[in-house]
Amino acid sequence: MGGFPILTAMLAVPLIAAIACFFVEAKPARVIALAATLANLALGVLLWANYDIGGAQWQFQEEANLFAGFQYKLGIDGIALLLIILSVFLMPICILASWESIQKRVGEFMAAFLVMETLMIGVFAAQDLFLFYIFFEAGLIPMYLIIGIWGGADRIYASYKFFLYTLLGSVLMLIAMLWMVNQAGTTDIPTLMQYDFAPGAQTWLWLAFFASFAVKMPMWPVHTWLPDAHVQAPTAGSVILAGVLLKMGGYGFIRFSLPMFPEASAQFAWLVFALSMIAVVLTSLIALVQEDMKKLIAYSSVAHMAIVTVGLFAFNVQGLEGAMMVMLGHGLVSGALFLCVGVIYDRLHTREIDRYGGLSINMPKYALFFMLFTMASIGLPGTSNFVGEFLALAGIYQVSSWVTLVCTTGIILGAAYMLYLYWRVAFGIQKNEDAAAMSDLNVREWAILAPIAAAVLWMGVYPESFLAPMRKDIAALEARVARAAPEGDAQLAAGEPRRQAANAVAAPEHHGEDEGDH
Amino acid sequence: MQTSILLIVFLPLLAAIVGGLGNRALGNTVVKSLTTGALFVSCALSWPIFLGFLGWFGLSAETQVVPVMTWVQSGTLTFDWALRVDTLTAVMLVVITTVSALVHLYSWGYMEEDPDQPRFFAYLSLFTFAMLMLVTADNLVQMFFGWEGVGLASYLLIGFWFRKPSANKAAIKAFVVNRVGDLGFMLGIFGTYLVFQTTSIPEILAAAPGMSGSTIGFLGYRLQTMDILCILLFIGAMGKSAQLGLHTWLPDAMEGPTPVSALIHAATMVTAGVFMVCRLSPMFETAPVALGVVTFIGAATCFFAATIGTTQWDIKRVIAYSTCSQLGYMFFAAGVGAYGAAMFHLFTHAFFKALLFLGAGSVIHAMHHEQDMRYYGNLRKHIPLTFWAMMAGTLAITGVGVLYVFGFAGFYSKDAILEAAYARGTGLGNFAFWAGAFAALLTSFYSWRLMFLTFWGRPRWIESEHIQHSVHKTPEEAGEDTTGGYHPHESPASMLVPLGVLTLGAIFAGFLFTGDFIDSEAFWGGSIYYNENLIHALHGVPYWVKLTATFVMLTGFAIAWFAYIRDTSIPGKFVEQFRLVHAFVYNKWYFDELYHAVFVKPAFWLGRQFWLRGDKGLIDRFGPDGAAWAVAQGSAVAKRVQSGYLTSYALIMLLGLVAAITWVLM
Repeated sequence: MGGFPILTAMLAVPLIAAIACFFVEAKPARVIALAATLANLALGVLLWANYDIGGAQWQFQEEANLFAGFQYKLGIDGIALLLIILSVFLMPICILASWESIQKRVGEFMAAFLVMETLMIGVFAAQDLFLFYIFFEAGLIPMYLIIGIWGGADRIYASYKFFLYTLLGSVLMLIAMLWMVNQAGTTDIPTLMQYDFAPGAQTWLWLAFFASFAVKMPMWPVHTWLPDAHVQAPTAGSVILAGVLLKMGGYGFIRFSLPMFPEASAQFAWLVFALSMIAVVLTSLIALVQEDMKKLIAYSSVAHMAIVTVGLFAFNVQGLEGAMMVMLGHGLVSGALFLCVGVIYDRLHTREIDRYGGLSINMPKYALFFMLFTMASIGLPGTSNFVGEFLALAGIYQVSSWVTLVCTTGIILGAAYMLYLYWRVAFGIQKNEDAAAMSDLNVREWAILAPIAAAVLWMGVYPESFLAPMRKDIAALEARVARAAPEGDAQLAAGEPRRQAANAVAAPEHHGEDEGDH
Repeated sequence: MQTSILLIVFLPLLAAIVGGLGNRALGNTVVKSLTTGALFVSCALSWPIFLGFLGWFGLSAETQVVPVMTWVQSGTLTFDWALRVDTLTAVMLVVITTVSALVHLYSWGYMEEDPDQPRFFAYLSLFTFAMLMLVTADNLVQMFFGWEGVGLASYLLIGFWFRKPSANKAAIKAFVVNRVGDLGFMLGIFGTYLVFQTTSIPEILAAAPGMSGSTIGFLGYRLQTMDILCILLFIGAMGKSAQLGLHTWLPDAMEGPTPVSALIHAATMVTAGVFMVCRLSPMFETAPVALGVVTFIGAATCFFAATIGTTQWDIKRVIAYSTCSQLGYMFFAAGVGAYGAAMFHLFTHAFFKALLFLGAGSVIHAMHHEQDMRYYGNLRKHIPLTFWAMMAGTLAITGVGVLYVFGFAGFYSKDAILEAAYARGTGLGNFAFWAGAFAALLTSFYSWRLMFLTFWGRPRWIESEHIQHSVHKTPEEAGEDTTGGYHPHESPASMLVPLGVLTLGAIFAGFLFTGDFIDSEAFWGGSIYYNENLIHALHGVPYWVKLTATFVMLTGFAIAWFAYIRDTSIPGKFVEQFRLVHAFVYNKWYFDELYHAVFVKPAFWLGRQFWLRGDKGLIDRFGPDGAAWAVAQGSAVAKRVQSGYLTSYALIMLLGLVAAITWVLM
C-alpha cells in the first residue's frame, strides 16, 4: 500500500462528509452520505485486497504522537479487518434504507450516521488504549441521538435506557484502563496484549472490562436495553445496532479480556457459561411470545450473541473462529431481518405481527428474501450462521458437554420462534386488507437486500474467504490463552477393547447387549 | 463417471434455482419441463452407476470421491464439499432420482390446476438436490447439510398450501421435531470430532474399532465412548425417520400435496436415518448398547405405528403410519446387524410405498379431493388402472410370495429382516422378531382394509362433502343412488405412467435384486458392515420362521376380508366392545396431546413469565427503572436542602461543625 494512510482516510471520509451534511438540504445530504459510504466501502475492499494474509500481525499501522504519551495509533489484524469490512458493507445499505423513511432533519441524520461510521472504524482500528476508549464511548452519542430524535413513540425512554446501561460499564472500564497504563507503562494495545498482569490484579481488571462488554454484547441480565432500543430506533439504526455495535462487546473480549487477562478469563469462564446458557434458553422462550417483530428479532439477537460468548471462552481455535463467524453472520442476518421489518413498516407503519399475514401472495420477492434470512437465522447449513454456530458449539463441546447441550437447544427454539414469525407474516391468508394491498420490493429495496443475501450465502458455502484472514491471529490468541485453558469434561480414556462385531452370531455364550458395561 | 456424478447432483439444483427464480416469468410449462427434464437426466445417469456396481450388462463402477471445493478449515476441524459414490450411495442414487423423476412427471397431472406450479416444481428439485448431497456426503457435516436441506424442502412442501393453518402448523411441527433429532446429530458430530479429530466418514469408520472399550465423560457421567456417540447420532436418525417418540410430525406431514408424501415422506427423506446407520455401520458395530437401542426403537416403532394404521380413516394417514412402521423394520434390521437387509427393504419399500402414495393420490384426484375412506367404495370398476397399481403395491407391502418360486418386492426384503432378527438369537432379537411378525399381521390387515374400503363394497360417495359439492346434491336428494351421480375419472397419462413404472418395481425389485443385496458381500464392496455369519444363520432358520411372514400375511388378509367384505358390521361391533382400546389407538396413543401439554404449552407460558415477570418485573424494575427512581428521589431530597434560606444553611453548617469536632475528639 505504500505510504498511503488508508485507515486515516477511512476515518476522514465519513467525518468530512458528515460536516458537509450539516450545511445542505435533504436531497444533497442523502447523496453525499451515500457517496461517502460507498467510497468507504471501496476503501474497505482495497484494504481487504491489500491485507497480507499470513504476513505481519499488525498491518497498515499509522502513528502520531499527541500529548502526554497519548498516541494517535492505528493498525489492524485479521479480526479487526473483518469487522471493519462488515461495518463499511452495512453503511451504504443503511443510508439507502433511510432514503425515504427519514423525512425530518435529514442532514443531521446523515451526519449522525457518518460520524457513527468513523467511530466504529476507529474502535476496530485503534491501537492506543485511550484512543480506543474514546471511539468506543463516543459511539454512544450518535446512536443516542438517532434513537432519541428519529425513533418511535417511546424513543426518549429507550434512548436513556440505552445510554445509562452502556455508560455504567464504561466508567469501570476507564478506571481499569488507567490502572493498567500506570502498571504497564504504555498505552499501546499490542504491547498490552503481551503483558502479563499479576493474576490477582487480573481478576478485578477482568470484571471491570466485563461490565462494559457484557452490556454491549448484551449478555443476560443486562440485556433489557436492547429490545427497547431496537423497537424505538429507526430501521437503519437497528441495523447498525445489531450489525456492528453489538459486535464491539465481542471484539472487546477478543482484544482485551482474553489476551490481557487469560488467567482471569479462565477463572470466570463458568460465569460467562452460566449467563450464556440462561440467555439462550430464556431469551429464545421470550422471543416465542413476542407480538412485535422488532422485539422478537432483538431477543433472538441476545440468544445468538450468547453463542458468541460461549465460543470465545472455549479457549480453542474452533470456539474463537466460530464466535467470530457468528458475529459476522449475525451482523449480516439480523441486520437483514431488521431491514425486512423496515420494508413492511414503511408501508403499513406498524410492527405488530398480527397486522400482517399472507404477504407471500402480494409480495413474493420479499417473501423469498425474508425466507432466506429466516433460514440463515435458524442456522441452516449453507448460510453464514451455520458455520459460526457449528464451530462455536464444536469448540465448547471440547470444554463442557452440558454447556453445549443447553446452548444447542437454541437451534430448536430458534426454529420455533422464527418459523412461527414467518408463518404469521408471510404465510396464511391475507386477513388485513391494507397488508394485502402492499406492493412488492422496489428497486431500492432490492438493492439493499440482494447484497446481504449474496454475502450470507457466500459465507455459508465458502467461509474460507473469511476464515483465512483471521487464522493466524486466532492461532496467536489461542497460543496466548492456552496456558489457562480449562480442562474439558470429556476425558477420553482408552479401555479394554470390547469383543469386535457387536452382532457376532457365532459366539453362543453371550452377545453384545449383555456387555453394556458403563 | 466423475462428470456424471457432478451432473446427477447439481442438475436438480440448477433446475431449482432457475425454475424458482424464473417462476412466473418463465411460465408453467418451461419450469415444469426444465425441472422434470433435469431429473430424468439425473436418473438416466444414475442407473448405469448402480448397474455398474452390480456388474450387470458388462458395466462396471468403483468407489469414487469427487472433490468439489473447500468448505471449512478451522484448526484441525476441516471438512470439504465432496461427492462420494460407492455401492451404498449408488443404491440411494437410483432410488432418489427414479422416484423423484417419476414424481415430477406425476405432478404434471396432479398439480394441473394449481396456480403455483413453478414454485412446487422448484421445491421438488431443491429437495432432490439436498437429498443427493446427503447420500453423497464424504463427511458428517456435509451429511448434516443435506439433512437440514431436505428438512427445509420438506418444510416448504408440507406448507405448500400456505393459506391453510393446518398446513402451516404441520410444516413447523415437522421442522421443529426434526430439530430435536438434529440436536442429537450435532452433539454426535461434536463428540465424534472430539474423539477422532476428524469428520471424514471413512477415517472415522477406520478408527472406530480402536476406540472400542474406551470411556468418555458426558453430562457428568462416564460412558462407553462408542455407545454414546452412536446413540447421539441415532437420535438424529430417529427424528428424520420418524421413530417412536419423534414420529409425531410424519402423519401431520400429509398436509402436503400427495406427490410430496410419496417422494419425501415415503421413499426418500424419511429413509435418511436408515441410510445414516448403514453408512456408519462399522461404527455402530463397535457399540453394542447403541445397537440394542436401535433394535428396540425400531421394533417398538414397527409395532406401534402399525396399530395406529389399523384405525385411521384418512387414506394418506394409513399409508403414513405404514411408512413409519416399515421404517421400524429397517431400523431393527440394522440393529441386529443385517444392514444389507435394511438397505434392501429401503430399496423395495421406496418403490411400493411411492406406488401406494401415488395410487392414493390418483384415488383422491378421482374422488374430488376426498381423502376419507368411509366415503369411498366400489372404485375398482371406475378407475381400474389405479386399482391394479394399488393392488400391486398392496401385494408387495404385505409380502405375498411363494418360497423359492416368486414373490412381490416386500416378500423378499421383509422376510429377510424377520429371519435375521430370529437368527440373531438374543433376547432383543427375539423381541424384534415377534414385534415384526405381529406388525406384519397388522400390515396385511390395514393394507387390505384400505383396499376393501376403497375399491370394494357399495359406493358411499354421496356422504362426502367434497362429492356433494361437486354434484350439488345432499344425501337426501340423492336417495337410493349413493354415488350421487358422481363419475370418478381415471387419471391422465402423466399420472398413470409413473404408476406403471413403479408397479414394475413393486413386482420385480425383490426378485431381481435379492441375491445381491442380501447375499453378496462383493456387491457391497465394504460400503456397509457385512456380517457373513449372520447371513448364514439367516438362511438356516427353521422352516416355521420362514413361513411365519406368509402365515401372518394370510391371517391379516382373512381378518380384513371377514370384517370389510363378508360382514361389514364387525368393525362397529369391535369398536363397541373395546371402546377404550380403540380410542387409545385411534387417537395415536395420545402422543400429540402429551407433547402439547408437556412441551408446547409450557414453552409459551414460560416465555411469557420470563418476559413479563423476569425482564420487566425484576430486571427493569430494580435495574434501570429502579436507578432512575432512586435518582429522582435523591434529587428531591437535595432540592429541599438547597432551599436558599440562610437559616437552614446556618443549621447545616452548625451540624457539620458539631460532627467534625466530635470526630476529632474521638
